[in-house]
Amino acid sequence: MANRGIAIRTSPHLKRVLTVDQIMRGVILALLPIAAWSVWQFGLSVLLLLLTTTGVAALTEWALARAAGQGNTLQNGSVIITGLLLGLTLPPGFPLWMAAVAACIGVALGKWLFGGLGYNVMNPALVGRAFVQAAFPKAIATWSPPFAPGRFTEPIPSTLTPPFMQPIPIADWIKGLELDAWTGATPLAVQRFQHLETPVWDLFAGTVAGSAGETSALLILICGLWLAWQRMLDWRIPASVMAGAVFIALPFWLIDPGLYPSPAFVLCSGGLMLGAWFMASDMVASPVTPAGVVIYGLFIGVLTVLIRLFGGLVEGVMYAILIANALSPWVSDWTQPRVYGSKGRGRADGQPSD
Amino acid sequence: MSELLNTPERLTPDTFLRGLWQENPVFTMLLGMCPVLAVTGTTLNALAMGLATTFVLVGSSLLVSLLRHWIPKQVRIASYIVIIATFVTLVDYAIQAISLELYAALGAFIQLIVVNCVILGRAEAYASKQRLHTTFVNSLGMGLGFSLALLALGTVREILGQGTLLGVPVLPEGFQPWVIMALPPGGFFVLGSWLLVFNWLGPRRARRDLVASGATIHVR
Amino acid sequence: MASLATESHPEVGTSSRMEGAVGELHRAIPQADRSAPKPPGYAVSPLRLLLALGGVALFAGLAVSLVDQLTAPIIAEQYRLRTEQAVFGVLPGATQLRALHLSANGIAEGAPSVKGEMPLYAAYDPAGKLLGIAIIGSGAGYAGPVQAMFAYRPDCRCITASKVLRSNETPGFGDRLGVDPEFLENFRALDARLNAEGTGLAHPIVAVRHGTKTEPWQIDALAGATISSRALARAADSAANRAIPWIERNIDRLNSP
Repeated sequence: MANRGIAIRTSPHLKRVLTVDQIMRGVILALLPIAAWSVWQFGLSVLLLLLTTTGVAALTEWALARAAGQGNTLQNGSVIITGLLLGLTLPPGFPLWMAAVAACIGVALGKWLFGGLGYNVMNPALVGRAFVQAAFPKAIATWSPPFAPGRFTEPIPSTLTPPFMQPIPIADWIKGLELDAWTGATPLAVQRFQHLETPVWDLFAGTVAGSAGETSALLILICGLWLAWQRMLDWRIPASVMAGAVFIALPFWLIDPGLYPSPAFVLCSGGLMLGAWFMASDMVASPVTPAGVVIYGLFIGVLTVLIRLFGGLVEGVMYAILIANALSPWVSDWTQPRVYGSKGRGRADGQPSD
Repeated sequence: MSELLNTPERLTPDTFLRGLWQENPVFTMLLGMCPVLAVTGTTLNALAMGLATTFVLVGSSLLVSLLRHWIPKQVRIASYIVIIATFVTLVDYAIQAISLELYAALGAFIQLIVVNCVILGRAEAYASKQRLHTTFVNSLGMGLGFSLALLALGTVREILGQGTLLGVPVLPEGFQPWVIMALPPGGFFVLGSWLLVFNWLGPRRARRDLVASGATIHVR
Repeated sequence: MASLATESHPEVGTSSRMEGAVGELHRAIPQADRSAPKPPGYAVSPLRLLLALGGVALFAGLAVSLVDQLTAPIIAEQYRLRTEQAVFGVLPGATQLRALHLSANGIAEGAPSVKGEMPLYAAYDPAGKLLGIAIIGSGAGYAGPVQAMFAYRPDCRCITASKVLRSNETPGFGDRLGVDPEFLENFRALDARLNAEGTGLAHPIVAVRHGTKTEPWQIDALAGATISSRALARAADSAANRAIPWIERNIDRLNSP
């Protein structure tokens, strides 16, 4: 632009222009510490898992973008985020071939079926995860202990399962580790079935079992806040997700603290933090109006806790976000602000509302 | 072809083959989706459903064709429905007598054949205007096309969802079944994939035919 | 009907290609109204409509009743075989079956005839000794009701077998209820003693989380399928609570085949 003299632009005259590529790069940067912690915690397996999901997602994107005649869309980086996020939501010892299936389905079905970046109705990473959750329900509920000795030299046995085969059992491997406190359950499951709460500090610091990238609430919070400070993320979404979760969890906890989890536990356990900061905030799949964003976030928070407390699953973040994604065009439509100078509510396309 | 249907069709191989491919009730016309999605969890169910539907389709089409000069326009739909329902009831009894297990697996979808639009569609669009022998051949083709489509879904879903074909293991020991394929969403996924294949093959074939006939095609 | 047929085919000798179309034309515009400017096909005598519908209905009735006559005995036999297989499956060694039902007034002979009556099957060995009674119950599962048959043995006052008759549980999880050997071990001798008054079970049959079974009336749930296991426990509990008090009260009658 510089050698063309004065740049003349129409409004809006923004002081700072954030391009899609910049935002995507920022999100990747914010995800890297979380990924690094996850690799430190679970070792080689998670590294392989993240490389697989990211690689397969990128490959699928490249092939489908070419088929759709959109050229190379890899450099906008959105697919890297999809791959990383998907890897972070899977159990650390998840067989790599299943992770590849998840990445391929997520990008193909969640994104390109609708026309690529900007058209996806739902978060592609979660579409991929939902598919493998339904296809391989046993493998996706098999957890492995954090900080296993020798985790950097050999992967969890189930990681290297041959394609299309059942996961290699890890019971013997876990026995060989001689961990005393390992029960094979995540803090969420322990709370749900035995009503024992893991200390919130452990959840906060991330020294517990769980999906690869969801364990450390603190780290996710820091990375998310940095993104929000960089204005690459709408802080109202995670804030309202957390508010919604607390709002619904608090009364139950006050009625019976022995049975229901405390709000702090609700916030820091499972995938709520990761979901709130990095998945619910997907720019394409969330509503566009300020009021809509808040409704959307509250809905996710409330639904997550309801699924956790009363549903058939111990964790509900994924389905809550997917359902909210599906509803978000409606939410945008209901919450259109009044068009300046008009009476009643207007619509974004300039047509009078009906 | 469709604009000629008011005049009797001459019996050609196409009369039969249309239903299998070009006007396949499932993959081209997207009719009768309810059983296609619901009872294709296993190959056997898909096959039984396909054959039951074929029987009802052929039987009712023949009767409609036979009575085409006697049934006034005003009451034709009512008459067709009664005819179709009769054949469905026969099939219902027959399946119960053959195997209760199969009857339980197909559930309400046997009775629901009566609302399968492939059958009413055939009665209205073809059998009510065509002679007996072409009706027989055409409806048999349609029925077999429907059965083939059900089988296409059923085999994929059973192999992926359970690792078996007609209950016999076909994949190596230790194969991980894709549970979702045996569940209702699997029906949608597999149907979608087959439609993708057919929609990809269809235009290619049409283009090849056009090129063969000397047309120039502009490709983006 | 014969007169109608000739009316539909007035032009004898037209080419076969035209036959259908011409026939249809004449069908659409009946002779009497041919000059009237009415839209085609809107003036058919009600009698003809009635005849057409009546004819079709007559055919339908005849066909259905004929096939019903032909298949009814086969179908009844199929159902009887299925019940027999299920009962003999849960009470091995049995060779004779006695169908009973439980109504509000107690146990009566024969299969249930009114909705709400509960079928019972007393099974006897070749010597005519009562082996046990098969009872049927259902409980809400993960995807609809789970219906199952249970074998109650009066000699040990316990449930000794279960067979899932109908369920929609998730493949690979809930559907292991009927096949998982470790789970079926629960029914080796599931305690079903009555309380002191003989009005219900002394201990309700409940499913407990996998690996935490401590009492003989508990069912150790399948790992990963707690809801389906609970459904089966509820089925057993409701069936036992309803049937066993009556069975125990009528045990002398049941003991003789």
